[in-house]
Amino acid sequence: MNESRGTAIHVSGLTVAYGNNLALDNVRLDVEIGDYMGIIGPNGGGKSTLLKAVMGLTDIMAGEITIMGKSLREGRKLIGYVPQSAEFDRNFPIDVLEVVLTGMLPKGLKPFRRYSEEEIRQAHDLLGSVGIEHLARNHISALSGGEFQKMLIARALAAKPKILLLDEPTASVDASSRAQIYDLLDELNKEVTIILVTHDLLAISSRVRRLACLNNRLIYHGEPELNEDVVTNLYGCPVDLIAHGVPHRVLKEHGGEDGCSC
Amino acid sequence: MLMLEAVLQYRFLQYAIATGILASVLGAVIGVIVVEKRLVMMSGGITHTAYGGVGLGYLAGFEPMIGAFAFAIAAALGMGYIKRKGTFKSDVIIGLFWSLGMALGVLFISMMKGYPPDLSSYLFGNILSVGLTDFTIMALVTAVVLLIVVIFFNYWKAYLFDDKFAEIRGISVPVMDYLIFVMIAVSAVAMIRVTGIILVIALLTAPAAAASLLTAGLGKRMVIAGILGTFFTMGGLWVSYMLDISTGASIVILAVISYFLIWSAVRILAVNAGGRVRNKWMS
Repeated sequence: MNESRGTAIHVSGLTVAYGNNLALDNVRLDVEIGDYMGIIGPNGGGKSTLLKAVMGLTDIMAGEITIMGKSLREGRKLIGYVPQSAEFDRNFPIDVLEVVLTGMLPKGLKPFRRYSEEEIRQAHDLLGSVGIEHLARNHISALSGGEFQKMLIARALAAKPKILLLDEPTASVDASSRAQIYDLLDELNKEVTIILVTHDLLAISSRVRRLACLNNRLIYHGEPELNEDVVTNLYGCPVDLIAHGVPHRVLKEHGGEDGCSC
Repeated sequence: MLMLEAVLQYRFLQYAIATGILASVLGAVIGVIVVEKRLVMMSGGITHTAYGGVGLGYLAGFEPMIGAFAFAIAAALGMGYIKRKGTFKSDVIIGLFWSLGMALGVLFISMMKGYPPDLSSYLFGNILSVGLTDFTIMALVTAVVLLIVVIFFNYWKAYLFDDKFAEIRGISVPVMDYLIFVMIAVSAVAMIRVTGIILVIALLTAPAAAASLLTAGLGKRMVIAGILGTFFTMGGLWVSYMLDISTGASIVILAVISYFLIWSAVRILAVNAGGRVRNKWMS
């Protein structure tokens, strides 16, 4: 899906504040249908807030968001969301298959809604497509970080989304799983638009096709060839661009004179 | 006289046992949701606010339990609204409602003329004083709560696991938020007669927390919590009868001690099995 076929997400003049702290300041961003966009920036720079705003999960002070030309309320149903695996209680009483099935629940509240045989088969297929079908009946506590993330991707796909938002999907996975997840996203990008929030500069340099750099304001939006000036402007200090295959985690609050605490 | 003989002979003991079993089932179902959703302190706040309603009932001359239901439901909706708006931190809201409810209760009772009533049965419970009305209220609340949980069971599971994802999918998360807060309120007030305002939180948390150590399915946790809760309630009732001590306190002490025993047993088994026990039980 390389050719542009219209705008998937349009954000203009977006401003979001938490109390007196401005998380997003007049952000304008367009994501084309079929795009594979990476969003980078320091912690506290507004990346997750931008995702929340696009999903209608946070109040916005000003600005407009449309999704596939529809209002936020209507358009957000076209979004599949993959949160960070660290947000979950691994002891929650649910197995892998059930997690994927929750992505198939219809909107509203339908009394006595049970999963059909067809839905269960589809859930197995989705788990197969992300390579963890054999774990379908395992409790979520038995999954590795990478397997957990794949399960969340399968759940997002269960809703048949047009756009996939991923919030640091490789933050707590090993190198091998990280490569598998990126391969999977490459494959999925043939069908869906992908927006990837990450600190993984390796992914930025080798996987995504467009890049947005966010530090409360949009610092950069364009091709993923980062130069030193853009990164220094983004993080407010020099950052080593050589990823070493290890995600950089850059803190917003920098300490000392020797640069940032990456 | 053996307790069994006494049960057959005395109506108040029959009501106590029937109400205790219903309270255990109710506490198990709501308790599992409370524990999984991490609403234990909020449940405590809602329950303690009910004390204001009890005080108002005595002052204004209507049934104190009606006041307790009204105050608890109002607190649940208020806390839910403020929590959803994100204006305050959750623990601040809980603390404010908690202390305000208790303060209003004390204030209303202090405004009564003559000797103040003894409110210890509302604070610490007295299952042996349960009558037909209390039993009927408990049966109705249990039936309604069970029905709501069963009807939307898969939605509850999705909501409890990841409410953000559920909201994006168009599932009515605000409705579920308020529904769970109101269910906590009515359940906690219905259980006040068993363990009292101060101790009801133990009946919500101990069986559910113990069940979470033993099984991995949401429905199974509710069933096991119900069985454990019934054991705690009946055991506490028996101990109370045999030793002639406070029933509410007996139930709660038995529940908490049992939780730590189960926790210790699971830990020991896990260590002996090289950490494999939990996953084995959960598969």
